[in-house]
Amino acid sequence: MLDTLSARLQAIATRLRGQARLTEADLDAALREVRLALLEADVHFRVVKTFVARIRERAIGSAVLDGVRPGHQVVKLVHEELVDILGGERHVLRLGPPGPAVVLLVGLQGSGKTTSAAKLAVRLRRDGHRPLLVAADVYRPAAVEQLVRLGEQVGIEVVTGPTGTPPAAIAEAGLVAARDGGADVVIVDTAGRQHMDQPMMAELEGLASALQPAESLLVVDAMTGQEAVRVAETFHASLPLTGLILTKMDGDARGGAALSIRTVTGVPIAYVGMGEGMDALEAFHPDRLAQRILGMGDIVTLVERAQEGMDREEAERAAQRILESRFTLEDFRSQLQQVKRMGPIGQLLEMVPGAAGFAGAAQAAVDDGELRRVEAIIDSMTPTERREPHLIKAARRRRIAAGSGTSVAHVNRLLRQFEEMQKLVRQLGSGGSRPGKAPRLPGR
Amino acid sequence: MTAMSRLGAGLGARLRAALGADRVADEAAWAEAEDALVAADLGPRLAAEVVAGARERTAHGEVSAHAAIAAELGERLRRRPDRPFEVGPPPSVILVVGVNGSGKTTTVAKLAARFQKEGRSVLLAAADTYRPGAVEQLRLWGDRLGIGVVAQRAGADPAAVAFDAVAAGVARGTDVVIVDTAGRLQTARDLMAELAKVRGVIARQRPDQPRHVLLVLDATTGQNGLSQAETFLAEAGVTGIVLAKMDGMAKGGVALAVVDQFGIPIAFTAYGEELDDLAPFDSAAYLDWLLAA
Repeated sequence: MLDTLSARLQAIATRLRGQARLTEADLDAALREVRLALLEADVHFRVVKTFVARIRERAIGSAVLDGVRPGHQVVKLVHEELVDILGGERHVLRLGPPGPAVVLLVGLQGSGKTTSAAKLAVRLRRDGHRPLLVAADVYRPAAVEQLVRLGEQVGIEVVTGPTGTPPAAIAEAGLVAARDGGADVVIVDTAGRQHMDQPMMAELEGLASALQPAESLLVVDAMTGQEAVRVAETFHASLPLTGLILTKMDGDARGGAALSIRTVTGVPIAYVGMGEGMDALEAFHPDRLAQRILGMGDIVTLVERAQEGMDREEAERAAQRILESRFTLEDFRSQLQQVKRMGPIGQLLEMVPGAAGFAGAAQAAVDDGELRRVEAIIDSMTPTERREPHLIKAARRRRIAAGSGTSVAHVNRLLRQFEEMQKLVRQLGSGGSRPGKAPRLPGR
Repeated sequence: MTAMSRLGAGLGARLRAALGADRVADEAAWAEAEDALVAADLGPRLAAEVVAGARERTAHGEVSAHAAIAAELGERLRRRPDRPFEVGPPPSVILVVGVNGSGKTTTVAKLAARFQKEGRSVLLAAADTYRPGAVEQLRLWGDRLGIGVVAQRAGADPAAVAFDAVAAGVARGTDVVIVDTAGRLQTARDLMAELAKVRGVIARQRPDQPRHVLLVLDATTGQNGLSQAETFLAEAGVTGIVLAKMDGMAKGGVALAVVDQFGIPIAFTAYGEELDDLAPFDSAAYLDWLLAA
């Protein structure tokens, strides 16, 4: 799973280097990798089939085959197509008057409905709404308790009913409370249910016809496998759905389920759950999800940006190495040499998902005086030392310090900081989620 | 046939449609069989391996393609042969772990009901001190079963709760102490470290415990199940899988990939809302079910 699509496509691209044209056999090889990546991301196999066929058609029908770097053009094509399917336009909830507007949250057990309900309320309040929560999950033990606690935590009213109250009656009470209290959005948390459970699905239909929700959002766990399509189809057939909330995207799940659901039902993705905090519900960005599904970081943008000021191959190689955690002092030096033309490594790192905090530190590190010194130190190393800095013991450090006109302390500091940086990059590469303290970078 | 009903076909139906009763399957049929395995969440790599293995089995013409796939799946699944779940001498501590929403707390209740039915005394530890309502949820189950629940205030150190529960279990001579933990994504390093600490605290108290560390895996989970198994194995020393929510249409095929790749056995399957909807894993029955639908 660790060998990402980008790494595999890179291998194909390397094989194709110097080849002016992409043959059909090469294209097939690239598309096989694309297929594998999509299936590993849990995109439904039928969706994958259609998708790959479409890419093939576009690749053959366009000028791609005559491109300078055909391997990368295939990646770009795949990426564009994914963003297209995932939806160019952002889904904005329709909550306009006459209110109060009902937002119904539905989904399988454990998909994250209750947490999402509270997060959505916080978000809508920030957008200027006056939300109210309704605890209509009367089945799971302590589900009502959970929403009440979350409501207290974020300071939003939660309407509940006495034990045994049918969900529709609790929701009606919520509507009354909203009218009385001046709330304009009523978020209804429903019980998790299996899509094959007909009585439970019938109950949901009843709830929807009584409440006439402005929005019915399916809460989908990003880790869902091939069954996601049927789940969404069944909920869509009973409601219909107006949007998706994709949860648990702070983990390492690639979230292919969302692509399948979007393709098959056309239901747009509204929000993405990114963490345990109550503010961790983010607007959906099709391009980010596309890259995530492909397992390739923001490499497309990276390549495009690099073209402007930097040798393209160099940028790709560096980006690739960052993603694969093989970033060496040699790479670092060539980065430094490009810095003035392209903007610092910080900008480069910003495009690697999860590296935002790190990027700031890197940016600050590239001040001119320090930069020259670091460059001099690296210049005084042998190529082997640059690739394998652990070889640099005391005698070599003295030689390097003398050669670069710096001191052993400077060399020590650079090596130590570079090691820290490599450690962090490794964490980024392996999909670490909680941001740690950004280490200081060479040069500071 | 609508797209919906085609999607509705189970693995068995797909395989029969693809391979029929014929002994000779053509290229297209094998490709369809591979799709069917992917659709059951085995993942593209394992699906390809199973089909390759099955093709080899049919090379001599002695078995049908369908039987060859069944044999290939069975062999991989039985790499960890089924063994009855041995609770172990009292107090046996069972640590229950998993990602958010996989069904840990319900599984804890079902395990408790099962051990109780076997005539054992059980104590529950509410070490999910993070999710609001989690302690209440476990208490409600405890009340329903007449089983004690060791808990502290919300936000308490889960390791302290586990410590208390094990101490109470020892003092009362309880047979089984089941520790419910907070759901955590396997990529959350600090939370995984916390889990390692819970485990460590239990082990310091009783060197031979926890006897079992069960990873609750949602049967609808796709390929991320592999990442879950790998990390929970490394951080918490998972000894078995509970495949939960088997009452949907999802077949939990990623569990096969987990067994195949990490050798962690599947201990139980859980499938409904009732307390006795939990069964020891039976690979033959599972395969029949996987291939029958």
